[in-house]
Amino acid sequence: MPILEVNDLHVEFIVDKKKIRPLERVSLEMNSGEVLGMVGETGSGKSLTAHAIMGLTSLVGGEIGGSVTFEGKDLLVLSEKEMQSIRGSQIAFIPQNPMTSLDPVYRVGDQIVEGLCKQVKIGKQQAKQQVIDLMGKLRIPKAKQVFQQYPHQLSGGLKQRIVIAMGLCAHPKILIADEPTTALDVTVQAQIMLLFKEMTMARNISLFLITHDLGVIAQVCDKVAVMYAGNMVEFGRIGEVFSSPRHPYTKALLQCIPRIGMEKGSLAAISGNVPSVDTYPSGCRYHPRCSRADSLCKKTIPTLLKIEGDSRVACHHYLDNKD
Amino acid sequence: MWIYVLRRTLLLIPLFFIISVVVFSLIHLVPGDPIDSLLGPGSTSADKVELIKAHGLDKPLPIQYFVWLKKFVTGDMGQSIIEKQPVADMIVYNMPFTMRLGLASLFISFFLGIFLGIISAAAKNTYIDHISMIIALLGVTVPAFWLGLILMLIFSVMLGWFPVSGSGSFQTLVLPAVTVGLGGAGLIARITRVSMLEMFNKEFVLLLYAKGLSKPAIIIKHVFRNALMPVITIFGLRLGWILGGAVTIEIVFSRPGIGKMLLSALYRRDYPVVQASLIFLTMAVIIGAFIADILYSYADPRVRDVYK
Amino acid sequence: MVENNVNVYKRKPPWVVILKRFLANKMGVVGTVLIVCLVIVALFAPLLEPYSYKEQNIEISNEPPSLSHIMGTDDFGRDLLSRTIRGARISFVVGVLSVLISVVIGVVIGSIAGFYGGMIDLVLTTIADLTWSMPAILIALLLVAIIGAGLESVVIAIGLSYWAQYARLVRGQILSLKSAVFIEATKSLGASDFVILFKHLLPNSLSPVIVAATIGIGNAIVLEATLGFLGMGAQPPTPSWGAMMSNGTAYLFISPWMIIFPGLAMMITVLGFNLFGDALIDIMDVKNKESI
Repeated sequence: MPILEVNDLHVEFIVDKKKIRPLERVSLEMNSGEVLGMVGETGSGKSLTAHAIMGLTSLVGGEIGGSVTFEGKDLLVLSEKEMQSIRGSQIAFIPQNPMTSLDPVYRVGDQIVEGLCKQVKIGKQQAKQQVIDLMGKLRIPKAKQVFQQYPHQLSGGLKQRIVIAMGLCAHPKILIADEPTTALDVTVQAQIMLLFKEMTMARNISLFLITHDLGVIAQVCDKVAVMYAGNMVEFGRIGEVFSSPRHPYTKALLQCIPRIGMEKGSLAAISGNVPSVDTYPSGCRYHPRCSRADSLCKKTIPTLLKIEGDSRVACHHYLDNKD
Repeated sequence: MWIYVLRRTLLLIPLFFIISVVVFSLIHLVPGDPIDSLLGPGSTSADKVELIKAHGLDKPLPIQYFVWLKKFVTGDMGQSIIEKQPVADMIVYNMPFTMRLGLASLFISFFLGIFLGIISAAAKNTYIDHISMIIALLGVTVPAFWLGLILMLIFSVMLGWFPVSGSGSFQTLVLPAVTVGLGGAGLIARITRVSMLEMFNKEFVLLLYAKGLSKPAIIIKHVFRNALMPVITIFGLRLGWILGGAVTIEIVFSRPGIGKMLLSALYRRDYPVVQASLIFLTMAVIIGAFIADILYSYADPRVRDVYK
Repeated sequence: MVENNVNVYKRKPPWVVILKRFLANKMGVVGTVLIVCLVIVALFAPLLEPYSYKEQNIEISNEPPSLSHIMGTDDFGRDLLSRTIRGARISFVVGVLSVLISVVIGVVIGSIAGFYGGMIDLVLTTIADLTWSMPAILIALLLVAIIGAGLESVVIAIGLSYWAQYARLVRGQILSLKSAVFIEATKSLGASDFVILFKHLLPNSLSPVIVAATIGIGNAIVLEATLGFLGMGAQPPTPSWGAMMSNGTAYLFISPWMIIFPGLAMMITVLGFNLFGDALIDIMDVKNKESI
């Protein structure tokens, strides 16, 4: 049984008396021990998916629909208190920007311990020791001193490791990492990604990795979900999706990646722009930029279909798309 | 951080000088010859000349200033023209009353204000929010003296809970302190509310929820703690505004104090008293702001490090 | 998910948009209504008052509110309602005039400080900060003591007490706009300092000032009352609310309505200005915590 199953997830907001759905038709499965990557451009709904799984969208007034099943339990019907006991201890979340994710007035070590003590029944002293050990494993130098520092005294890379420590300390079953390396230097990025892979494998954590970097996905993930304009357009095993993508958007994305040995000339790009939430096109949201779009695409929004094993795709013409 | 405190303390000295110069100059701008009030009927112009010489008023102004300053800082603040006693004694007598009123009012302003601000923010747009904000507005829309009179009417005259005037006991402090305190509470409540609402939107709040912390814990331990800092800043800066009402309140409730002393001296052109009172009141406000500044730097770890 | 408040320079929004958003803000509408009422009462005072505000009638002095005298009478038998209505006119004029003085002084000082920076800025800002920290009542009292009592003195004194906050606001706006790209562009086109300051920087700095000024009118009215209470303001028989309340203090236990009604009138008036100003703050997203 998959550890996480998401079915037809959507999030709705009421803005200026209009209902808008920045996230719709998201379905995926994750098995225990897997690394699932979610890729898409900014605004495609990746973070929103993560927030929805964590039950945090109500903080900003969003209403969730669909189902999010964790180890057989539907998270969406749980009370806030029950969700609190799951957050951090069973499903942990690492937010996007480490620069602003830490409370500036408390020492970083105390902030990790605060979370740990809430998530696991453990004394403060013991928690402190565990956290320092974990910080050491995350290659934070002089962990004991760093523990006493305030966020503003640390570099971006260190802050990111602190936030990662917060996510890992309670040995959660699922770790959702929202663009964990975007705010960091390229050199630090590689280190952090390696760290992730090590840690999650060592502790048998299922990793849900959100990023816009296809390269990272290719290196680290077992499965990938492709998001576009609030919809999931493709889902499947890495090997299949990368070698024979079925959705035109996925195809176009992969073609945009520069390769060594390419001919000189301009880089490929996808013409057009990502639509914003209030200007979603009718029908398939990708159709204005798709070379194969026809009247059906303009009228009807494609459903996310299950095809061949774990794969899913949301395109009326996916059969024609196979190379 | 102690270096920071030291630097700020040293700043107080030039401020004192600036204020002493300003007060001294302003007093001498006031029309009316102080000498005339000292002269009795039947004095001759020779008497006047002698008196002028005796008070050193024939010397150029800057010299008068330094003479006065030297005496002032050594404790000789001159003699009250009207009361015929040393001004320093009058200050020593009246200061404790004003300080008590001031501290009590600030206490009420701060804690009542924060309380109203937090509940308004936490229960945004509910009736709790609206009622708190109306109470807050009360402090701003009416003059302190009117509020004091009304409170006196209700609680002293009609209900008899508190005495109408006087000093020396806790009961006499309540109404005056509440009157001044409400004004400040209004300001603090509004700032707290705005600050709390802003803090809710900060990104670190998201992670707090993601860690599984409960809403009350997040609000009190994190949101409030962060929201407090701008509140302390504004509180320190607006101390003068908050205490402004205290001056008239002493009159309304017939309480002894520097404010009352200042006002009656102003009416009667008792310049030495006016000078001394103004300087004390001004320095009190500045020292208060200074203390608030230190508190702020202690509360915000980012500021502490700037001076390391 | 979290909105970033990036302080990007925006062109002044079209008036229609502002008006629409304003009308949606209920408190703001209430405030506007109150202000309009005040203006009407102030303008048409002589027509609205049932009796002459200075007509004395000792026989009916200190009468409680009744059908013929809705607010009662004062110690000289004058009708309180008429005097309160007249007082509206005085409060309005005092409020607007003194704020005008404050704004002019504040804008001038603030722009010079913000624009030229350096030593000038340091000196001006220190003066402004000191003035702003002082209780306005003390400053005003001193000034009235120097100039002499009376309504004109009060207006000037209040104007001189409150300028600092406008100076700070303008200085802040100019400092942040100074380095905006369009200013560099204008400079490179050869515009003189004067032109840059007046034609470009100032107009875009004025919105927080306008907001602060509306609330400032309320504060000025309150300060006038306090000064009047202390005997420094309008002289009898001028019915400024402050003077009326001062007069009524002696009769607090006999005829409290002499104090209650002018105070209530003031509360409603100042409330109107505050609600209006608050609504403006909400709409324009003006993040000026200090202008409260």
